[in-house]
Amino acid sequence: MKLFRGSSGPEAIPEQGSQKLTRRSSGLGELSRTWESSEGLCILDLGSTSAINIRHFTERGHRIYSEDLLTASTDPELLTTDEQGNAALDSRKFLADNLVYPAAHFDVVLCWNLPDYLDESLVKPVVGRLWSVLKPGGMLLAFFHTRDAGPDSPCHRFHIVGGDTLEMTKIVLRKEARRAAAGAERAATSTSDGFQLQRVFNNRHIENLFHDFASIKFFLARDNIREVLVVR
Amino acid sequence: MSAPTSAPASGFAQIGKSVYIKGELSGSEDLYLDGQVEGSIALKGNSLTVGPNGQVKGSVEAKGVVVQGKLEGNIQASDRVELRKSAIVTGDITTHRISIEEGAHLKGKVDINRADVK
Repeated sequence: MKLFRGSSGPEAIPEQGSQKLTRRSSGLGELSRTWESSEGLCILDLGSTSAINIRHFTERGHRIYSEDLLTASTDPELLTTDEQGNAALDSRKFLADNLVYPAAHFDVVLCWNLPDYLDESLVKPVVGRLWSVLKPGGMLLAFFHTRDAGPDSPCHRFHIVGGDTLEMTKIVLRKEARRAAAGAERAATSTSDGFQLQRVFNNRHIENLFHDFASIKFFLARDNIREVLVVR
Repeated sequence: MSAPTSAPASGFAQIGKSVYIKGELSGSEDLYLDGQVEGSIALKGNSLTVGPNGQVKGSVEAKGVVVQGKLEGNIQASDRVELRKSAIVTGDITTHRISIEEGAHLKGKVDINRADVK
């Protein structure tokens, strides 16, 4: 494991009534060197659909795939119970409907803060599937909150606005997703208008989560975010 | 491209929101679709607008495609694709130009075809 410092905290930039934040990201900075120096990469963005990110990659001649896994996880048909009778989401059904790609298909996966907000029953299966769809040597970027971030940390969508700069806006659930979450009578992953932080991973948890990957780098930021860049 | 923004302009063929079509759809004029279509749509050289109530299950081939409703299938546009903020698209998009409004939902691949860009 390697530890680095370098990412800075967010800056508030109010725009058109909604608050947009920008933050420097060392993980993104390192990753962007890959897509700036290579052609025809296959990139998977697992955040909310971002026109800015799609433009960023298509302008550079890369192929971009967009899949919003958090919203997909609000599907009430996923509801089931685990062996102890507790409410859980059906990870088999989830993976039958989502992340359906050939093995070793992607050069880069942008996970953003997905693991922090995804239901517990889906986290390990999703990471396992991401391992299989990444090419050997492919890279995955994920963000994790530290305990100091607090339980009410909003879930953001991330737009790439520079080599190492991200713009973040708070995710507000679409009406359909809100209805789905309410219909499931299970406010575990979402509140009335956004997603709820599910847990805080420590370094050991993160290392275990990415146990099958070849290497892992941590970048410590000042805004209670731990950036992780893993290589398959 | 002269596709309408939210309501059909004159000169567009229209499919209203109470209409359900199952089968292939093809034509040689612009189409505004606010109903449901289950099947492929081919409007080579013309544009398709899927209105806010529109739902398409099937592939789409057109010069321009504007989506405000739901579309489940691949989109191949020889000119451009516009996903408005209410759009929910599941499928791969191949086009020369694309614009996506904040709030639009896309699950699929975006391929910008640069070889034939004029």
